Amino acid sequence: MNTQNIKTIYLKELKSYFNSPIAYIVMIVFMIISGFLFTMSFFQINIASLRDFFGSFFIQMMLFVVFIPAITMRSFSEEKKQGTLELLLTKPVDDLELILGKYLSALTLICITLTPTILYFVIILFIGPIAFWPFVTSLLGFILMSGFFIGIGVFVSSLTENQIIAFIVSVLICLFFFLLGKLLMIFPPSIVSFFEYITTDYHLSNISRGVIDSRVLIYYFSMIFFTIFLTKVSLESRKW
Amino acid sequence: MSIKVSNLTKYYGNFLAVDDISFETKKGEILGFLGPNGAGKTTTMKIITTYLPPTSGTVQVEGMDVEEKSLEVRRKIGYLPEINPLYFDMSPAEYLDYVAALDGVPKENIKKRRDEMIRVCGLESVKGQDIGTLSKGFKQRVGLAQAMINNPEVLILDEPTSGLDPNQIIEIRNLIKKLGREKTVVLSTHILPEVQATCNRVIIINKGKIVADGTPEELQAKSKGESIVTLEVKNNCDKNSLSGSLKEIRNVNKVEFVKDTGDSFIFNIYGDKGADLREVISTRVMQQKTTLLSMQTKQSSLEDIFRELTR
Repeated sequence: MNTQNIKTIYLKELKSYFNSPIAYIVMIVFMIISGFLFTMSFFQINIASLRDFFGSFFIQMMLFVVFIPAITMRSFSEEKKQGTLELLLTKPVDDLELILGKYLSALTLICITLTPTILYFVIILFIGPIAFWPFVTSLLGFILMSGFFIGIGVFVSSLTENQIIAFIVSVLICLFFFLLGKLLMIFPPSIVSFFEYITTDYHLSNISRGVIDSRVLIYYFSMIFFTIFLTKVSLESRKW
Repeated sequence: MSIKVSNLTKYYGNFLAVDDISFETKKGEILGFLGPNGAGKTTTMKIITTYLPPTSGTVQVEGMDVEEKSLEVRRKIGYLPEINPLYFDMSPAEYLDYVAALDGVPKENIKKRRDEMIRVCGLESVKGQDIGTLSKGFKQRVGLAQAMINNPEVLILDEPTSGLDPNQIIEIRNLIKKLGREKTVVLSTHILPEVQATCNRVIIINKGKIVADGTPEELQAKSKGESIVTLEVKNNCDKNSLSGSLKEIRNVNKVEFVKDTGDSFIFNIYGDKGADLREVISTRVMQQKTTLLSMQTKQSSLEDIFRELTR
């Protein structure tokens, strides 16, 4: 593994996000909607709470279900379409280095998108007491969930050269992992705990309580590794 | 040996794209890969550049196997794929920097290499412009610059002059010839004059098999072509008696009356390979008391050989 290669690809990808409107659209829309939701809960319900803000807010998660595929849809599809994937795969760069460079740049973009939430935290800090840890773990939970969704998006985009297909399929898969948590009552009790474990919703609400449960970390990291592994297999499938 | 291909076979599913081909190249060789579309040229190149694995057989570049030492082989190779791989939102300078970094060009040399490639490929005037806005000729030159940026030992170019105008084609060919002196260049094309103009060795490939291998001159000599003279005379003579008289010449196999243009007759005279019939033809024309207007000889070209072999 050559970290220099990962860095080269990472920086190029990050730069091309900021060269296209997509990064700005995602950041601005997220800032507007999350800012709106924050002030709503702040003034209407009269609670300055970030736990609600992250942990159980349906809208925030739905935004990510749409935003992340919008960011990742071009990562491999565009390279396939332009023929540049052949360039990258005939350069002295390992497949995994390529995937990680792309993966980390998308994750960085999401982290940048999440930074305004730190501002909300600071605002609340001035007004009243706020629990520090739930905020930190919620943020971590959101980043982990994004990591999983980015893995899905990057993998799906490695399957097709059509960005629209990559987008729609990634949204559907992310939606599945997210909405499954809302549909648990339809499963027989004996297998509910299994389905509960594979939903992102369950882990996110778990971690936003301020305690980092190893089950949560294992869940997200194994999902992230699995999606990266699938992407690697997908890139190698040209050789079959 | 810079490239050694032994018994290379490639199947796509059930489709046989490359069928048991073997060849070697050495330094200083510009090898032209010639063949109709779908002959297996691109597939062979993709295998040499490690993009695809062979189904059976081996390929070595600078003594290293393309499957076992894939990354090392890639360091030795510059590759311009058939679909020029460009990022339209980057400028040529940015693009070349990126490719150089991926190629493992040391950081301190990247700028130097990039500027050199920009100069060699004539990209100074467009180096800051988005690649997407460039003309096809400039795009192709950016692609070539990309392939050469790591100063590779082996250069693989898949149809390097496609889409260029005649002036650009000549520039690119001269560039390739210059490079070919110190390196090994493999280029594929289906444009025959290109091979004659640039390559010092030709491999003609058809339906996945090598059907001919040699210098352009060797291939020409090997063909069973004839020499053809096209003759135009003034129409103040009897065309039958002239054609009869021409037929009597030794080495002439066939005389064909092509047409009567109104004030001249045109004949095609087919002679043995290598025979120069011009002098004796002009004497015969004089004997018929008519005026010789023009005469052209044509040796069978690489084009004829190509058609012969790939039919």
